[in-house]
Amino acid sequence: MSSTSSQRAVYARIRSNPRFAELVSKRQGFATLLSVIVLTIFYGFFMVVAFTPNVIGQRLSEGSYVTVGIAAELFMFIFFWVLTAVYVKRANGEFDDITTEIVRDAAKEVK
Amino acid sequence: MLARLNVLLLGLLAPALSFAGDAISATEKQPLNIHAIGMFVVFVGMTLGITKWAAGRTKSAADFYTAGGGITGFQNGLAIAGDYMSAATLLGLTAMVYGKGVDGYIYMIAFFAGWPIILFLMAERLRNLGKFTFADITSYRLNQSKVRTMAAVSSLTVVCFYLVAQMVGAGQLIKLLFGLDYTIALFVVGALMMVYVTFGGMVATTWVQIIKACMLLAGGTLVMILAMSQFGFSFETLMSKAISVHSLGEKILFPGSLLPDPVTALSLGLGLMFGTAGLPHILMRFFTVTNAKEARKSVLYASGFVAYFFNVILLMGFAAIIIVGQNPEFFEGGNIGGKIIGGGNMVAMHLAKAVGGNLLLGFLSAVAFATILAVVSGLALAGAAAISHDIYARVIRQGKATETEELRVSKLSSVALGIVAIILGIAFEKMNVAFMVALAFGIAASANFPVLILSMYWKGLTTRGAVVGGYSGLVAAVLFVLFSKSVWVTVLGNAQALFPYDQPALFSMPLAFLVTIIISKLDNSAEAQAERAQFDDQYVRAQTGFGAAEASAH
Repeated sequence: MSSTSSQRAVYARIRSNPRFAELVSKRQGFATLLSVIVLTIFYGFFMVVAFTPNVIGQRLSEGSYVTVGIAAELFMFIFFWVLTAVYVKRANGEFDDITTEIVRDAAKEVK
Repeated sequence: MLARLNVLLLGLLAPALSFAGDAISATEKQPLNIHAIGMFVVFVGMTLGITKWAAGRTKSAADFYTAGGGITGFQNGLAIAGDYMSAATLLGLTAMVYGKGVDGYIYMIAFFAGWPIILFLMAERLRNLGKFTFADITSYRLNQSKVRTMAAVSSLTVVCFYLVAQMVGAGQLIKLLFGLDYTIALFVVGALMMVYVTFGGMVATTWVQIIKACMLLAGGTLVMILAMSQFGFSFETLMSKAISVHSLGEKILFPGSLLPDPVTALSLGLGLMFGTAGLPHILMRFFTVTNAKEARKSVLYASGFVAYFFNVILLMGFAAIIIVGQNPEFFEGGNIGGKIIGGGNMVAMHLAKAVGGNLLLGFLSAVAFATILAVVSGLALAGAAAISHDIYARVIRQGKATETEELRVSKLSSVALGIVAIILGIAFEKMNVAFMVALAFGIAASANFPVLILSMYWKGLTTRGAVVGGYSGLVAAVLFVLFSKSVWVTVLGNAQALFPYDQPALFSMPLAFLVTIIISKLDNSAEAQAERAQFDDQYVRAQTGFGAAEASAH
């Protein structure tokens, strides 16, 4: 799996490009933020289930069968999926455009 | 025999579920189900046709392992969703909502929430660094022989345990749904799996999975719509009726026995989330797409389908409380509230029959069979890749094997795995194999995942750390499960479990991380320095995809 010397030259050029550092910090920051949101909500919900299970079965309004638990879970299904859509949109658009540009520049200079 | 099928099916689903074993009954052989067999024969005919077509396109190793990297994000999304929505999901989770209400829904969100994390933290790097197996990534800058051997050993362990659990579940389920003999069922599943994998490789395996996912989504949706039409499509009407007739009453709205304590809750969450991210047959799917863009899209589609289907199952389960639970036709001796005919896992099937007659029942049974077939094929392919690509080509032949030789070994391995699966399936027929899935998830989360994620994120990882850490995760997961109630008490017949929890991940996973990190930090050998130095290039490739494996020509 070792890379060729021309590949290594390209990797070195990419690393020295400030746009690369910008791409990595932007994308990693965004991915980390979204992960923290998902993990916090998910484990928060699990803590409620574990410690105060009575809250889960409480109804949102009198005479309705939609409970806190059902509403929270439906919200998580939808919200987490929307977050994946948001990430895919930004990563496949903005981030990939920067990536293509960085790789093209580096490959050109090495040749 | 009694109570085993439920434990087993739920076990297929996930380890933490074995508590629900009380709800269920026997796996008696049912009369031959003609509709189901007819529709299954159509499915098999179709998939064999695809396998023939796929065989013509499977020429290189890349074709065999990853369908030439030419699968689109949408197709791969369906295939991943197919891997995730097993027969156990359909039957076990419907039965769980039917029996315990909202507990089933809580379980489903735990099953779902791992996907966004896989997307944010792993999908892109997996695609940019990997080629055929995840060991390509972990061994990228480390010692090929040692790291690949470790990865292959833990992959094969995961695959074997998972395969046996699936095979035993398959035999029992087919006996129930089709009225076929257990052994015959195993041979049918094993033989078809060998044909798909050996001749059609990843192309056939993916398409079998896609077709099955579509059938499952369509079948589930149809049953749900027909069932909901009886309640005027009103969730309120459905729930008020369900609560008024269910023996637990209002309690179906509250968490029950699923998550008795915070440790179990956390361990379940961790095990499902990171176990999924360490399953070799799931990871392999990320190498079948063209590039990182498509890898991300596949997670988007997969998680969309999974989320949708879980909500369909929730409605099916609640509707079954009224439609199945109040109909004497589905109880032994017509005794409502007594034993359900065929056992609790038949609830989804009974619901199909109640709302759509024998035709819909036959369709859903065929879907369940197809599902098992597709899942075992994916597992066998992942196992074959570990043997041929990692152990044979890279360790034994040190990278000098020709593509033809490697392909021959991978096909032989698929056949061998099929035979092993049939033999073990027969050997374990009478055993409670629920612990095997606990083990598979535990090992995936403890041996595969820590080394994989550290290899992508941490410069300091060295061969020594990865190997010692990986093996300690593997051994710890095996020991924790061995000493847990599900093996030590249930299987081995001891009085008291030595380890109080059924799910090892909360303990074995941090241990693996800790050992890997400490050993790596202490490693100051020349090799270790060289390995750290190579991280920077790997990092650029992981981030940009420059130098990544390309899709093959066709």
